[in-house]
Amino acid sequence: MEVDVLKKVPVSEQDPKIRATNFDEVNLGYTKDEAVLEASRCLTCKNARCINGCPVNINIPAFIAKVKEGDVAGAYEVISQSSALPAVCGRVCPQETQCEAQCIRGIKGEAVSIGRLERFVADTAKEMGIKPSLPADMVKKNKKVAVIGAGPSGLTCAGDLAKMGYDVTIFEALHKAGGVLVYGIPEFRLPKEKVVAKEVENVKALGVNIVTDAVIGRALTIDDLFEKEGFSAVFVGSGAGLPRFMNIPGEQSLGVFSANEYLTRSNLMGAFSEDSRTPIMRAKKAVIVGGGNVAMDAARTAKRLGAEVHVVYRRSEAELPARVEEVHHAKEEGIIFDLLTNPVEIIADENSWVTGCKCIRMELGEPDASGRRSPVEVPGSEFLIECDAVIMSLGTSPNPLIKTTTSGLETNKRGGIIVNESEMTTREGVFAGGDAVTGAATVILAMGAGKSAAKGIDEYLSNKG
Amino acid sequence: MFEIVAKKQLGTNVWYMEVVAPLVAGKAMPGQFLIVRADEEGERIPLTVCDYDREKGIVTIVYATVGAETERMSRLNVGDRFADIVGPLGRPSDLVDLPIEELKKKKILFIAGGVGTAPVYNQLKWLHENGVEVDCIQGARTKDLLILEDEMKAVTKNLYFATDDGSYGIHGNVCVALQQLWDEGIRYDHCVVIGPVIMMKFACQLTKKLGIPTVVSMNTIMVDGTGMCGACRLLVGGEVKFCCVDGPEFDGWEVDFDQAMQRSRLYKTEEGRLMLKLKEGDTHHGGCGVCS
Repeated sequence: MEVDVLKKVPVSEQDPKIRATNFDEVNLGYTKDEAVLEASRCLTCKNARCINGCPVNINIPAFIAKVKEGDVAGAYEVISQSSALPAVCGRVCPQETQCEAQCIRGIKGEAVSIGRLERFVADTAKEMGIKPSLPADMVKKNKKVAVIGAGPSGLTCAGDLAKMGYDVTIFEALHKAGGVLVYGIPEFRLPKEKVVAKEVENVKALGVNIVTDAVIGRALTIDDLFEKEGFSAVFVGSGAGLPRFMNIPGEQSLGVFSANEYLTRSNLMGAFSEDSRTPIMRAKKAVIVGGGNVAMDAARTAKRLGAEVHVVYRRSEAELPARVEEVHHAKEEGIIFDLLTNPVEIIADENSWVTGCKCIRMELGEPDASGRRSPVEVPGSEFLIECDAVIMSLGTSPNPLIKTTTSGLETNKRGGIIVNESEMTTREGVFAGGDAVTGAATVILAMGAGKSAAKGIDEYLSNKG
Repeated sequence: MFEIVAKKQLGTNVWYMEVVAPLVAGKAMPGQFLIVRADEEGERIPLTVCDYDREKGIVTIVYATVGAETERMSRLNVGDRFADIVGPLGRPSDLVDLPIEELKKKKILFIAGGVGTAPVYNQLKWLHENGVEVDCIQGARTKDLLILEDEMKAVTKNLYFATDDGSYGIHGNVCVALQQLWDEGIRYDHCVVIGPVIMMKFACQLTKKLGIPTVVSMNTIMVDGTGMCGACRLLVGGEVKFCCVDGPEFDGWEVDFDQAMQRSRLYKTEEGRLMLKLKEGDTHHGGCGVCS
């Protein structure tokens, strides 16, 4: 195979026309030859900037060097030292703004495709039956740590603590472990059985106990975990909370959903399958409001369920918060982007079923505090998009459950739990990370926080003696 | 976990089950609910808690078979296990936070309709155990649909029955019964209504007219039940509230019941198809062609 060192080795993808009708994975991943070839583009920098670009600081040049040699097991071992969920991260991390943004190759050409290589290593290791193992020199600490939420931050924190010798139990509110990886991100981006369930199994293989159907704040409080259940520290990784709505007329009509509800039905409950016993609305024409990754997931799900899909976003393409790759994939699949457009009212028939979404055109004004140019309505530019479903993807506000049932836990004005540099909250022995702290963010940032909290918990418990 | 240890049929379509669920039984309070999944492919179904035994780790659920999932649940027997039971969910009733002495001074009326009797029983039992005696109107279309009669009698001061067809107790619905009591000079200063949405709507119209502050318990569409998906939203006093974390109990004078009834119809077509498929089994695709 000829290689243009300035360009990434391309990866095979399902044809857009075909994949828009199924829920199989879009990106098919590198073959071994492709992976070795891509790995050969890595310059193995001594002062590797990519490592600093990674929220969990994977030793990227070291694992890529192993791929170059064809040593997948070795590469997996390197990654496992830093990441509990490589098959997930290789798929859903925004590498273009993290590790790959730092790559020296990116100055003259395209960065090394670190994400695809990570995925290749994780998937191949899985096929080879390789599991992460506890360090040989690990000493049992005989201390119990509770982790609330089996999402990216919780699984990472739990895995790291188990490797340090702690006795870790994760309490998960849903019936399945994985958090946003199972309820939020669709099958076609992140296969549930093949990838997420296996990563969860790997965390369990480190000795972590996962209790599902356990809502902390209700079934047990954080006080109970300390006083009755004998835990010495608690990590709160309960994720983001209630979906936001626009508070426009007609929003209670039948056919208006939050992206969280729509995606949870499809992903966690498997409603995309005809055999599912959980219902989902199969819209003919759906309007997705918002421009983030969740909006892209909802749009691409609606498309696969048979709808003509319009993404309505109030700013322009340059401001879309979604990853460029997601937007690109969505466009390839035939999703229509109505940019600089904002809904003002949802129209429904006499039985309250949605028949349309009244929108107004927007134009960009002066940059606001966040540096983004804020959109302003163009007077008199209202128009109607006929549709039978509107899916609101406007982000979430924090879940009040843990805060209201735990004394001494302070939150900021947006409701996020306040933590210090060790991820400890205002309550001694209680740590937190992920969306519960930051508000809606990415899987990898949550993992980074989980990792940092594991370190913080270890320091805290070691000093306590 | 989640083993069924007792099962009874309370009416034509109404079932009673005692289930091992220590995490729920350990903390459940009157007013809260739980979510069950019948099996690994099951939908998540919210149900009110009828009773709990903290020591034995057992919760009691009472439900009507209104769709395919509850129909499946009703086919489980003693010794079978649910795939999942999670809870307690939602906020406990505001009544349990009031000082007992204050509760004793109040003249409280409960109005229970259909399987709404189950969550009412849970509250009545708690009040009774704390020495607070209250009245209750229990309503149903007909006598056969009145459930838990003996249990309800044991925990109320006065228990009145109302049947639409006059087959038992007062002839008429719960509003007719309340008006009759009111006309007889019986007065209340707090009312809790739990039952079908249409019943709660009309009961609240009446209590508002009579000036009795009223609390209702809403049973909306839900998925996770923990404040994540937003499926359970409803309008209370013109504001969007989430039944699973802000409720399930709300000020009955402020709830938009018409909107709640509309939202409850969202998946009726899909649910109807699933029910037919379950009941008709292999003969389901027999040729009507509607859902081929």
